[in-house]
Amino acid sequence: MTDMPLSQPAAAPERRTGSLLAQDARTRRRNAAESRFRGYGVAAIAISMLALVVLLATILSGGAGAFRQTYLNIPVTLDAAVLDPKGNRDPAEMAKVLTLSYGRVLDAAVEATVARHGIQIEGLTEKDIDSLISKEASAQVRNRVLADPDLVGQTVEFDVLVGGRIDGFFKGRVTMDSAARDSNTSPQQLQLAQELADRGEMVTRFNWNFLTNADASDQRPEAAGVGVAILGSFYMMLVVLVLAVPIGVSASIYLEEFAPKNRLTDIIEVNISNLAAVPSIVFGILGLAAFINFVGLPQSAPIVGGLVLTLMTLPTIIISTRAALKAVPPSIRDAALGVGASKMQSVFHHVLPLAMPGILTGTIIGLAQALGETAPLLLIGMVAFVRNFPDGLPGGLMDPASALPVQVYNWTQRSDPAFIERASGAIIVLLIFLLCMNLLAIWLRRKFERRW
Amino acid sequence: MYDINRAENAVTQTDIKISARKVQVYYGEKHALKDVDVDIQDKTVTAFIGPSGCGKSTFLRCINRMNDTIPIARVEGQILLDGEDVYDRRVDPVQLRAKVGMVFQKPNPFPKSIYDNVAYGPRIHGLSRNRAELDAIVEKALRGAALWNEVKDRLHEPGTGLSGGQQQRLCIARAVATSPEVLLMDEPCSALDPIATAQVEELIEELRSQFSVVIVTHSMQQAARVSQKTAFFHLGSLVEYGDTDDIFTKPQDSRTEAYISGRIG
Amino acid sequence: MPLSWAVFASFLLAAAGYVIGRSRAFATAGPDVRKLHSRPTYHGYSVALTALLPPLAVLAVASILRMAGVLSDSAGPVAGLVALAAAVAGLAWGVMRVGQQFQARNAVERMVLGLLMLCSLIAIVTTAGIVLSLVFETGRFFQLYDWKTFFFGTEWTPRFQGNSQLGIVPLLWGTLYISFIALLVSVPIGLFAAIYMSEYATRRVRSIAKPAIEVLAGIPTIVYGLFALITVGPLLRDYFAQPLGLGNSGSSVLTAGLVMGVMLIPFVSSLSDDIINAVPQSLRDGALGLGSTPSETVRQVVLPAALPGIVGAVLLAASRAIGETMIVVLGAGASAQMSLNPLEAMTTITVKIVSQLTGDSDFNSPETLVAFALGLTLFVITLGLNVVALYIVRKYREQYE
Repeated sequence: MTDMPLSQPAAAPERRTGSLLAQDARTRRRNAAESRFRGYGVAAIAISMLALVVLLATILSGGAGAFRQTYLNIPVTLDAAVLDPKGNRDPAEMAKVLTLSYGRVLDAAVEATVARHGIQIEGLTEKDIDSLISKEASAQVRNRVLADPDLVGQTVEFDVLVGGRIDGFFKGRVTMDSAARDSNTSPQQLQLAQELADRGEMVTRFNWNFLTNADASDQRPEAAGVGVAILGSFYMMLVVLVLAVPIGVSASIYLEEFAPKNRLTDIIEVNISNLAAVPSIVFGILGLAAFINFVGLPQSAPIVGGLVLTLMTLPTIIISTRAALKAVPPSIRDAALGVGASKMQSVFHHVLPLAMPGILTGTIIGLAQALGETAPLLLIGMVAFVRNFPDGLPGGLMDPASALPVQVYNWTQRSDPAFIERASGAIIVLLIFLLCMNLLAIWLRRKFERRW
Repeated sequence: MYDINRAENAVTQTDIKISARKVQVYYGEKHALKDVDVDIQDKTVTAFIGPSGCGKSTFLRCINRMNDTIPIARVEGQILLDGEDVYDRRVDPVQLRAKVGMVFQKPNPFPKSIYDNVAYGPRIHGLSRNRAELDAIVEKALRGAALWNEVKDRLHEPGTGLSGGQQQRLCIARAVATSPEVLLMDEPCSALDPIATAQVEELIEELRSQFSVVIVTHSMQQAARVSQKTAFFHLGSLVEYGDTDDIFTKPQDSRTEAYISGRIG
Repeated sequence: MPLSWAVFASFLLAAAGYVIGRSRAFATAGPDVRKLHSRPTYHGYSVALTALLPPLAVLAVASILRMAGVLSDSAGPVAGLVALAAAVAGLAWGVMRVGQQFQARNAVERMVLGLLMLCSLIAIVTTAGIVLSLVFETGRFFQLYDWKTFFFGTEWTPRFQGNSQLGIVPLLWGTLYISFIALLVSVPIGLFAAIYMSEYATRRVRSIAKPAIEVLAGIPTIVYGLFALITVGPLLRDYFAQPLGLGNSGSSVLTAGLVMGVMLIPFVSSLSDDIINAVPQSLRDGALGLGSTPSETVRQVVLPAALPGIVGAVLLAASRAIGETMIVVLGAGASAQMSLNPLEAMTTITVKIVSQLTGDSDFNSPETLVAFALGLTLFVITLGLNVVALYIVRKYREQYE
């Protein structure tokens, strides 16, 4: 300690001498920097929250319309001469009558309704009146008649779908200005629709059909629904649940409890952590090359989608299951081994049940992730236009189906802007499912949370 | 080199540097420190002893307001540093901590070079005008911590590469470099081996000539070796405070006696 | 599924095996069950497994051979019969093994362990499947198309009638440009959010902000894609691109980049949060004890100490951005061009994989097969980033453990 040059004040730093009660200039400057830095943090959080709010708000406001639909209530005279030319009310014979004929019957009904109310609008064409209702309406009426042939010859009240532009008018998507520039509608048609609505014939109400209908073609967005997509997503989730959970949990048990420390284990571990970060679209390529081209499974089938999503979800499930197993204290294992249980018994009788809540939570999160995944499903043909519901299980796994997120993508590729509303609506359905799954996960975690 | 105004006022060895009155500390609901009154003298080593959990470290961390970093901690009462209450609303803890340096239980060098570790304080407080002055400050601090001869050839190697004892002396040098008036040491030797401990203790003795040193220790022998004043804490209260020799030879309180003779603690 | 009846029969035999094994165990034990080495149920399980595993193995091998084209489809019933024979043989062998000294529990546990291990091998099989399918099809692509033109060609114009230009460079440019913008948005915001959350926020703020940011992470990418398509794209077009005369397209690099940036915020922030929290408190105390302000502590002590971990997190985020598909499909556009103007539509590797592989694809034309070469490139890039990032992060964690 002899090398302390304490007697050389020249080199010594100035001791700060001011009162503690007054901030010196430097401290003020530093505190200003401190507030700025803190401000950046607040701004970062605020931007994130703002993004979340804007994102949800635009989707919710844009998609809410999909759950409401405009219908026209008209009495339709089901002309027996047109709809049942043979006159014997035989459904097989009547099925030969095409929707085109029903269209003519409907056109007449709409024109009659307009005339009955005595609505006079300058420049209103017959085409405007006829195209007021959806192209789907004739199919709607036809199905009803085929189900109940006795209706033929009577005059029956129908709630028929109106066209997408008219529906959009009542939801604010279509305006008089935009109609003037649109070849599919005209301001006169909208005026007519408004008159009918004022007279209570045209109403906009909650639209259950959005949840139960299948997709519809480009010309009739008003009839499109997410029914097939929900069922397809449900089938795929079943496949994921049945395959990913047992395999994932088994693999985790092996790796966490039994695996020896060797090369093979290392390779497996590295593989799992890398698979968790492989872009999802690569799994789609794998599904296309392996399951469709190599194994020969059908395109667009939920089974293929389910298999691809299983492979994608496995790393997530394995990682969370291992964390849950790791959280069970070693003392539990020791206690079981101490009374003479085998290693396998200690794991299956004690560790696994205790880790179950964590495993369930991880599984639900993994499923939620799989439910929202889109890219790999595009490559295995789920993007195809599917009009028919798949069969029941298990055969339905091989039938073409859609999936919720893919249906969203599908609708964004259509030209009619009404499909954008449908896409947002489908996202609301998807988000509601995800919300329920996450709430379930949170509830499970709360209910079974254990502190060691 | 020390405060010139004060030098003119003929500061004596027994000048009171820190004066605490009715200090209470709460951690949430827990009343961790009760009614502490103590006067700490300048240029003196004051040791806080007591069984673990008695509040000695808590009180130490009140002096430079390190308790502010614990969200649930609440401090009441008065701690005057040179007559100014450190808990006054106008006091900036940053300025306070420049005056009241601290050395922690475990050596905690930053993952930077030895030089940057020591230069850190002077840099943030703007104590040097140029590189040469900073070099001088660093050298002086390292000499002051009796580390200069060991590290002068590797100033730009990481501080984390030093041995435990060297790391702790580096942390002392880091604290000394800002020229504080008070140096708080929270069990500075608890993570060190006996040889490193001896070196640090020797250093503390040297530091007394410039600073008022407050050291928390769990070792009574260490308190006896390095301190002139000793305060004994028990269950959140200051039980006894006085000259170290008196505390260890003729304690007034039965609890102090019980502790130093090894019956509680 | 012509072999499903064989599977079904095997399961039936296994169930029967369980019953037989258990009752035989009781029978051999006589009145005192304790004479058995293992409890009777284990004998039951042992017989069931020896009856079930051989036929399943036979069927698995048969299906693989059939897919590989070694066996014809007509071999199905034969395989089924072989499997059934294996089941019966397994059952008989299992029943024969039942006896007082037979260590049924150990036998069952060995078989279960084998099954568990088999499950964990799925990870390797998946990786192998990815690599094989990508490499195999890419090989076919390079037989039809010059690899130098693919890797260095600056033009991307696939044509149905052939004679396509399939250069990856413009796609790579679009991918990297968009990822760069995404990182430019997400890294500062995510990092500052994490810093604020771990160093400043009160418990109340944290309890609101943290779940909100996690919600952002749970939203599927298709939702972000739609957001880009219907909100961000038109907004940028109407208020920036057109007034500034920089473009007329709603789809643009900036649209996709901004939205992807938002998507990556929670990813960056939760990784950074872990990493910042791994910096020991003693370092913060050291800095604060010397009179640093909290921000000086963060900037000069915590962040430098956490730097390797943060670099790892950024690399992981970059890998995410490069592999992201739906946002770019809906937000970036489809025109393969190289431009510096961020308000112009560009395209990425993932967009082109989707467009080349959806719809009617002919798996013998280079226009379809190029998607596999793109996929392999994407896989290699992201794998490389992940391996480096995971290595850095692991090294960083070890440092503070």
